[in-house]
Amino acid sequence: MAIEKLELFEVFIRSKRGLDHKHVGSLHAEDHAQALEYARDCYTRRSEGVSIWVVKSSDICASQEDDADCFYDPSDDKPYRHATYYVLPEPVNNM
Amino acid sequence: MISEEQNFMRKIEAEEKIEPKDWMPDQYRKNLIRQISQHAHSEVIGMQPEGNYITRAPSLRRKAVLISKVQDEAGHGLYLYSAAETLGISRAEMIEQLQSGKAKYSSIFNYPVLTWADIAAIGWLVDGAAIVNQVSLQRTSYGPYSRGMIRICKEESFHQRQGYEAMLSLAKGSAGQKAMAQDALNRFYWPALMMFGPHDSESAHSQKSMEWKIKRETNDDLRQKFIDQTVEQIEVLGLDHPDKGIKWNEERGHYDSSDLNWDEFWSVINGNGHCNRQRVEHHVAAHDEGEWVRDAITAYNSKKNNKKNANQTKQVA
Repeated sequence: MAIEKLELFEVFIRSKRGLDHKHVGSLHAEDHAQALEYARDCYTRRSEGVSIWVVKSSDICASQEDDADCFYDPSDDKPYRHATYYVLPEPVNNM
Repeated sequence: MISEEQNFMRKIEAEEKIEPKDWMPDQYRKNLIRQISQHAHSEVIGMQPEGNYITRAPSLRRKAVLISKVQDEAGHGLYLYSAAETLGISRAEMIEQLQSGKAKYSSIFNYPVLTWADIAAIGWLVDGAAIVNQVSLQRTSYGPYSRGMIRICKEESFHQRQGYEAMLSLAKGSAGQKAMAQDALNRFYWPALMMFGPHDSESAHSQKSMEWKIKRETNDDLRQKFIDQTVEQIEVLGLDHPDKGIKWNEERGHYDSSDLNWDEFWSVINGNGHCNRQRVEHHVAAHDEGEWVRDAITAYNSKKNNKKNANQTKQVA
């Protein structure tokens, strides 16, 4: 089968219990089961992880770089969302 | 070959996190669902007293800050509900348990909020107490809960600081403002201490939760931490400490303090606080009023699906 006919999967690895799964790359596979096996062979050859997620790339809905302004701009004029915005007297400033 | 239970305990002892698909004892799962959902409900119910003051905040700046804080609490509720859902309980079940009274939320939100100074005291003391608890829970043994706590702690530090700042403005203001601040401190100090729960000896779930490292520090130890850190904060405000029995104990390296009114604690927990009924009724009403939004989403989805199916049929034909 030509590789173009295979689906694209994104691979996420949890490197250690307690940590989030992190995106490590992608691969082509016939289905989820095969993607999982390929991911193991490809991305965890040196025991990089304790858990793998594979997700069809076409199932990921992503924001666009071009939308960044209207997505994130409103946060820029809200400095009061940060702890450092509040100036407190020295003795209690470590709260 | 070690048993599943032995393997589970090995992970706990080795400070490894338990992840959703791991084997875990039924009671571990139950304790976690109870604790995490109670925590989530507290974030959500906690929006009510503060939300009430958004229109009455004394300045545009305070209003913007309060809106941001309430927004954060909604987000924190979401993180926690999602963490609980990884244990196999649905959001609908949790909401049902909250509304029927089967699940609890922090008893602090059953105390009435009478003035703007109360809002300042809540940010400072209630969020302050919550942070002491949550910092400790960052090391909880259940992965999704731990990660949620880390995210929440990062966002939460502004909550306590804005409360203290608002308190400071009042305490350094007119005599009337200072009296308001003192009154709020007097009323919220004790319920804030009760947020840490009953004495360790009275706490039904504590021992097993400590063994399993769901909780990392006992109720009494966390409460002591909060008592110790609050003394200087009250001094800097120039207010009187509500506990006349507060006294530094050189030997213990901690402040000694008066015992709490545990009858009041149990009474509020059991539904007899000033605001218990009102908080749950409001939640039910808000949920019901949102019904049309959920209906609209369902209707839109089925309309979209119908269209898709129709198109497919057309192509086949």
